[in-house]
Amino acid sequence: MIETVDLSKEFNGVWAVDGLNIQVAAGEILALLGPNGAGKTTTIRMLTTILTPSRGEAFIMGCDIRSQSEQVRSHVGVLTEQHGLYPRMVAREYLEFFGQTYKLERNKLQKRSEELLSYFGLSDDREKRLGQYSKGMRQKLALARALLHDPAVLLLDEPTSAMDPASARLVRNTIQNLRSAERAIIICTHNLAEAEELADQIAIIRQGRLILQGSPSELKRQLSGKAQIMARFWAQSEDQLPYLGEEAILLEHGTDFLRYETEDPERVNPLIIEKLIQQGYHIYSLERIENSLEEVYLKAVENETGDQYG
Amino acid sequence: MVNRDKLRGKLDQLKELCQGAYLIARREIRDQLRDWRILVPIILLTLFFPVIMNFTANSLVSFVEKYGAHLVGDRLIPFLLMIVGFFPISISLVIALESFAGEKERLTIEPLLCTPLSDQQIYFGKLGASLFLPLASSYLGIVVYLIGIWRMVGWQGSFSFLLLIFVLTTVQGLVMVSGAVVISSQTTSVRAANLLASFVVIPMALLIQGESVIMFWARYDALWWIALGLLVVVGLLVRVGLSQFRREELLGRELDSINLKWFGKTFWKNFKGDAKNIREWYHNELAKSIRASLIPALLCGLVICFGVFIGMTQAKVFVLPLETMPQSSTFELITGRLKIIKIIPVFSASLVWLQNLRAIFLATLGGIFTFGVLGLLILALPFGIIGYFMMSMTHIGMSPWVFLSAFVLPHGIFEIPAILLSGGAILRLGATFAAPPAGHSIGEAWLITLADWAKIIIGLVLPLMLIAAAVEMLVTPRIALWLLSH
Repeated sequence: MIETVDLSKEFNGVWAVDGLNIQVAAGEILALLGPNGAGKTTTIRMLTTILTPSRGEAFIMGCDIRSQSEQVRSHVGVLTEQHGLYPRMVAREYLEFFGQTYKLERNKLQKRSEELLSYFGLSDDREKRLGQYSKGMRQKLALARALLHDPAVLLLDEPTSAMDPASARLVRNTIQNLRSAERAIIICTHNLAEAEELADQIAIIRQGRLILQGSPSELKRQLSGKAQIMARFWAQSEDQLPYLGEEAILLEHGTDFLRYETEDPERVNPLIIEKLIQQGYHIYSLERIENSLEEVYLKAVENETGDQYG
Repeated sequence: MVNRDKLRGKLDQLKELCQGAYLIARREIRDQLRDWRILVPIILLTLFFPVIMNFTANSLVSFVEKYGAHLVGDRLIPFLLMIVGFFPISISLVIALESFAGEKERLTIEPLLCTPLSDQQIYFGKLGASLFLPLASSYLGIVVYLIGIWRMVGWQGSFSFLLLIFVLTTVQGLVMVSGAVVISSQTTSVRAANLLASFVVIPMALLIQGESVIMFWARYDALWWIALGLLVVVGLLVRVGLSQFRREELLGRELDSINLKWFGKTFWKNFKGDAKNIREWYHNELAKSIRASLIPALLCGLVICFGVFIGMTQAKVFVLPLETMPQSSTFELITGRLKIIKIIPVFSASLVWLQNLRAIFLATLGGIFTFGVLGLLILALPFGIIGYFMMSMTHIGMSPWVFLSAFVLPHGIFEIPAILLSGGAILRLGATFAAPPAGHSIGEAWLITLADWAKIIIGLVLPLMLIAAAVEMLVTPRIALWLLSH
């Protein structure tokens, strides 16, 4: 549904996006992660045909973003980084105006507008000027605008930014509900928990280049390095320093826990359990600590920085 | 059948364009009607300003009639009518700047650009919306003024005069709005757009002053010509506006900062191309630029031919005094007379070369700001003079072709191709603003064309002009004298 091949954009000699290759199939959600200025918004702007690629190509529902720009735009629903609402319009007029640009039939448009306003809890404010809307309300209305024509491809730039936790949860649920066999979604976000919760695939970009791509679990596995193990036991004296042997490194310990890392947990863990029992520890649990996506992300970005400048 | 289908296709496209533009215009007009900062001045200028002008006209007419100066009163009333029409449309400039630059600044334009609407639909919608209220207000103001002045002094304008005021007001509004769009395209903030608005305000102020003088002269036919000229300007400005109102350009920020390093890099990249040495540069890069400039050079050739033709026709209107013409076959006398009328140059080759280069650079400078037009006119001017002398020579029985062969062709063999090529490059340089090639920003496209211009000037025009100057000094006079004495 969404495919980019060597997609690149140059601004005044600087490559904002450089050779981006991504594929998002129907029913999938891809999260684009990256620091500010990484090229996420430029990528979205190229996919919505606002910017022309300097190199490479991209297809939305099989339509070429260069030569079939109007078709591409009619297939795509976009939540822009800046929601861009007209302050002197009211919500009803706003949705009607955008619906007309997509040539939606009048009755259908009214029905759809009402549905979306009601879904996002904006029905009571439909006749209020948008200048009087709160940030969260504006974001919800902008999302309603993106969904107005029931697009097959959704490009959402920071969909929950500036929202209170309840509204953000509503938007996340909406995105989950929008996942269907006929729809592909790309989300640009800084919220790693959100990306982990929603996305099937995560693409981390930095300085316009794709540095890592995969499912959240794949990425964690790829970047987790040595396995970290947490052992819990009945409380022991603080003075006692556990001995783990040569094949594990003790990272941290307390009266009722210890954390260590090892390269080969399957082989080393039974040996360590044995050693700890011998030292008088009553172990009741042993679990592997998963890296959070945040750690994976930071590691990926750091690695890339190291590769480049280190 | 095929033509009918084509026509239907075109009509459908036009309908589509109008529908989209109407959608945009309707939203914007609704927005303007909710903004008191636009409404209050428009109401004041529509309803109160014409009444003040009625009072002014009535008082002044009464005053000047006391002294028998009926003519002043007669000329004052139409002049004030023009002013009543102009004031409300001046607001269109502010509305247009707000509509184009304001939307960019607030980034409300981005969601709009994500819709299936085309750039043209958005452009024309905004253009229409910026004009609608000011023009409606202007027409209404004119009607209020006309009714008032008719009731007060019984003045009634002729239909053709009222039509002229209507056309002039509309065209002036179009000039301001289309100019404002071009300005807004160069900025991403309303503040910057307002600063640049002087490029529209100052010429318009000068125009109104000129029109006022013509109005007092009652040369209304001249005002029709001005309206026609303004319409041509509108056409060019709309063309430029359309070429700059592109999705790519609208969200590009390159205009807000001057990146000299990028300018230099882009220029050098296109100037040098892939050439590894001078030979390759001449063979590949320069040849590429010449190929790209061939059609504009051809156009330049046509303008030059037209210049010659105009010069020839003027020779019949402004006849050269016979005493300055070489009527004797005496060798010295001929050359002496020719020197008097400066047909035979009295400069050195280097001076001629520098003079020609100065003309080319002047033409380039003029061409950049006038879509190439002034550049071509500057280049065609000497050919007008040649045409004039060619025809003038017939008065003393000399064939114009002999004159051409004697005084122009020997060095013209080198000079004329150089002029044609530089004319082509200048035309391209100016026209890039109106029609930048696809896939490049305006700035980038202009730098590429500038590199092409530089290649042609440095690689070809400079050496050709140098040869031409040497021939003009050393060879042409001898050939001329030889031909004339035989």
